[in-house]
Amino acid sequence: MSITTFIIISIIKSLAVIGVLLTAVAYSVWLERKVSARIQNRWGPTRVGPFGLLQPLADGVKFIFKEDLTQPHVYKPLYIAAPMISLVFAITSISVIPFGNWVEVGPWGTYLQITDLNIGLLVVLGITSMGVYGVALAGWSSNNKYSLLGGLRASAQMISYEVSLGLSLVGVLIVAGSLSLRDIVEAQRHLHWNIFLQPVAFFIYLISAYAETNRTPFDLPEAESELVAGYHTEYSAMKFAMFFMAEYANMVTVACLATLMFFGGWLGPVFGPPLLQMTLPVVWFCLKVFFFMFLYVWVRWTLPRFRYDQLMAFGWKVLLPLAVANIVVTALIVAWRA
Amino acid sequence: MAESYQTMLHLILFLFFGTICVAGAINLLAQSHPINSALSLIVVMGSLAAEYLLLGAEFLAAVQVIVYAGAIMVLFVITIMLLNAGAEERTPGSRVAILLGIPGVLIGAVLVAWTLVGRSSTTQSVSIGALWGSPKDIARLLFHDFLLPFEVTSVLILIAIMGAVVLASRPEGSARGARKDG
Repeated sequence: MSITTFIIISIIKSLAVIGVLLTAVAYSVWLERKVSARIQNRWGPTRVGPFGLLQPLADGVKFIFKEDLTQPHVYKPLYIAAPMISLVFAITSISVIPFGNWVEVGPWGTYLQITDLNIGLLVVLGITSMGVYGVALAGWSSNNKYSLLGGLRASAQMISYEVSLGLSLVGVLIVAGSLSLRDIVEAQRHLHWNIFLQPVAFFIYLISAYAETNRTPFDLPEAESELVAGYHTEYSAMKFAMFFMAEYANMVTVACLATLMFFGGWLGPVFGPPLLQMTLPVVWFCLKVFFFMFLYVWVRWTLPRFRYDQLMAFGWKVLLPLAVANIVVTALIVAWRA
Repeated sequence: MAESYQTMLHLILFLFFGTICVAGAINLLAQSHPINSALSLIVVMGSLAAEYLLLGAEFLAAVQVIVYAGAIMVLFVITIMLLNAGAEERTPGSRVAILLGIPGVLIGAVLVAWTLVGRSSTTQSVSIGALWGSPKDIARLLFHDFLLPFEVTSVLILIAIMGAVVLASRPEGSARGARKDG
């Protein structure tokens, strides 16, 4: 492949992935509103388009035309940079996620993934760990007690649960023997999904992932009954929308990672003509990710919020020891079988 | 043809991240507010990670971002936020440091550059992406060749943690000493 084709294919892939991701973000907001409404026996958005399907578009237009307030008491450079930091890191982490197998269009072929690194998983974890700066700086630069408390809570919570999140994935890595997301998926062929091999790791990952993305029951950083809106109290218009988009983009990433690590990624029954054979893996991948997104919403509208000390105790005294025990047991079994 | 393109692209990326790195380091010193300095340090760490990535040391780059930029610097930023540290004060000492420090650094940089340029005929430049640094190689080094130093370091860190716990714990018998909840 010449360098020109490589650059063109890379640009096309990047644009397509970002387009799909942003659409997915917009429609997960719609999904959240629709499902939460059904859980509470309401209708949710119905007015804009059939089933309210154009609601995300209307919301976007509204966010753009709202007045962009900047309070006089904020520290301006960081106040403006914080939402951008959040959104940039939330979107970047999608770049190493593989969402399908090898495809060929005419003479050109490519993997359905922006780039395949042999340390793909570490890249995702690294980029997610940078996302905490957006939240922390937003809380600090707003110069507001509620915002600062929200920012501090968010950083403490994300650091604490990142540890168990990372450790829960080590068990999977021991089984797969690679850090490349593509290899990890390939190791799960013939229904050897890691959810069956590593059930404990899966549940630790799932719980930590809810805490990482600040979703209920772990949404202490923006607990509206205590902190008004936490770190984004002082934000309005598009700046607020950027935090909103970052939260949902993080949810999509975490759902993709859960699919890849535990549910066999794009693997599934493949049949029919060549075109169908190329698209079916992507369909399986999207269905699995959709399941996790639905689970997010379902949990949010079912469980109440933790108390802060419970949250910290749960992370450090329950999840972390469990994750470590899981690693030791997995390593022992793998060593014994080798 | 593709080869020369690649070399040029690598050189451009190297210079780009190198410039960011140096600019971040200078900004770290120039800023008077600690949180801006901490953020500049994050930029320095991040661009260093990008340089490692260009050298082919992917694992090292990822660890640099996760450990330094992602974990240690978050603690720095939280501490600054918690202490609500204000702008740095200028003292007579800092004026002397500026007067002597800047020429000193310039002389040092010139010396290093001069030595490197003078020896460039005997040393070889590392071709970009040629270093081996896959997780497997590093793991073999850490857990096989250098197992003892690695374990000794971990014991050292454990002692440091215990020391921190002892220093941070409240003296026995103090009024608020016996809190049950976490």
